[in-house]
Amino acid sequence: MKRIVLGFMLIAGVNLFAETTNSSDTNTTNKPMIQIKGSDTLVNAVQVLAEKYMAKNPGKVLSVTGGGSGTGIAALLNGTCSIADSSREMKDKEKSMAKDKVNEIVVGIDGLSVIVNKKNKVSTLTIEQLGKIYRGEVTNWKELGGSNTPISLYGRQPNSGTFDFFREHVVKADYSKQVKEMNGNAQIVESVKTAVSGIGYVGAGYTQNSKEIKVLAISAKTGEKAYKPTFTNVETKLYPISRPLYQYVSGNISEDVKSFLAYEVSSEGQKIMTEEGFFPINEKQKESNYALLGIQKEKVVKGGARAKKS
Amino acid sequence: MKEASIHGCFLFNGLLVVLILVGIFSLLVWASIPAFKEISIKEFLFSSNWNPTSYVKPSYGILSMLVSTLIVTIGAMIFAVPISIGTAAFISDIASSRVREIAKPVVEILASIPSVVIGFIGITLVGPYIAKIFHLPDGLNAINGSILLGIMALPTIISLTEDALKSVPKSYTEASLALGATKWQTIIKVRIPAAASGIIAAIMLGMGRAIGETMTVLMATGCANAMPTGLTDSVRTMTSAIAIELGEVAYGSTHYYALFAVALALFLITFAVNLTADIIFNRRSKL
Repeated sequence: MKRIVLGFMLIAGVNLFAETTNSSDTNTTNKPMIQIKGSDTLVNAVQVLAEKYMAKNPGKVLSVTGGGSGTGIAALLNGTCSIADSSREMKDKEKSMAKDKVNEIVVGIDGLSVIVNKKNKVSTLTIEQLGKIYRGEVTNWKELGGSNTPISLYGRQPNSGTFDFFREHVVKADYSKQVKEMNGNAQIVESVKTAVSGIGYVGAGYTQNSKEIKVLAISAKTGEKAYKPTFTNVETKLYPISRPLYQYVSGNISEDVKSFLAYEVSSEGQKIMTEEGFFPINEKQKESNYALLGIQKEKVVKGGARAKKS
Repeated sequence: MKEASIHGCFLFNGLLVVLILVGIFSLLVWASIPAFKEISIKEFLFSSNWNPTSYVKPSYGILSMLVSTLIVTIGAMIFAVPISIGTAAFISDIASSRVREIAKPVVEILASIPSVVIGFIGITLVGPYIAKIFHLPDGLNAINGSILLGIMALPTIISLTEDALKSVPKSYTEASLALGATKWQTIIKVRIPAAASGIIAAIMLGMGRAIGETMTVLMATGCANAMPTGLTDSVRTMTSAIAIELGEVAYGSTHYYALFAVALALFLITFAVNLTADIIFNRRSKL
């Protein structure tokens, strides 16, 4: 009996040792795995991109996890991931903490959507009103033309890039202390679905297929026309709160990583981004991506004529 | 020779455990000290504003989170204690041996449910009911957290209360029944009071479990930063704050060390609760 137990412990110990030396995010194992961490806004879309990429390139292994843009960037700086998804720009302070040079790719555009419950009478808001709501200065829907109910605020947690972006561009101060900090975009959608007096901000990809929520039309200033985050409105920048979605890599980019990044910014990858509810990158972003990745541009007509979107 | 090596083996294990505890404590203290170079202890303990990633000025006051942790814990005890004592009394005194054989393992299995699963049940099942009963927009508040933590503390309190009841001398029970008391009166007025110190120790240990719970409260209490004014408010406990923020904080920043200081505060509170439980426990065994 003692020998069986001892033998079992020996096997377990050897296994454990083997696991730890077979480290998961370096190229020393037979299957080099690309670890992608970060933005909750991007996580679903990047997962689909990774799956389609792996289907096209058998033998390549990618792993996609969330945790928020802040977590992804921290992981990139600590060397525990190869690609960091981020729905906000990396801060200079963060870039300066990196050991190697950090490179930025734009993989899509997000029309940051403000959602309310379907039963809410309010359909449009100005950026100023949104700011007041989230600063806690306006607390009842009746002040905005809705019913006499206190506003129930839903937001993200401080590790989120969306939290950061929304605060920077809309709230422009600290959030109200009454904002309930939810664990991700999906939880905000679920909460607004059930809370009739709820309001939340989520990435455009999370408003597809949701019948119980309503996406608000936002106007940049009082008196101006309000726009919903549709394809045209985001492309022509009529929708006031759209933002690029980034991926960051550091140091020398390996061929495997480069290949996946190239797939993401190709027309096929961008089509997948659109199917996931986001918007494709514009020409200027495409050019800087291609320059970084060192690949030829697809079907670009030089010398003045604008390339048509494929 | 064999005796000595076995003795040494057990001694090593015992020392290892003590070493781990002392190690964790010193790590927390060591990592908290740099925080207090930037943050005054007065701000840390008495300010209700915890906002290290503030747009304007970072603040590091744990008072709101401390109150939130206490509210949720006390709520959990209010929920768990009556149920636990009742269940323990049922299992030890009233149930037939066949019912007991089923009830005891069920209680133990309750302890093995992962905290994430309980948090999930809180969001999807308990939450909507709370929202409906209290006319709230959603069920993510202190009441939800209290119920879930109460459920998690039940197995601990039930097991230990049952042990306490079992160790009440049979002579007490026999004397009470002989004097004409009913079984019910005996349980309520004789057995439970006799086991009081053991029950209190059980409650304190259950409390220790509730204070340190992270995932469940993170999911089910709504994590709003405001100082709670009532049980229907969304609250953020110290454990949630650490879990949310430690993933993205920069190593070596004030925020980083401040989180260790919060962990140290949590450790000291849990330690105090467990120590009290231990003292009460030991005092009764000297009876």
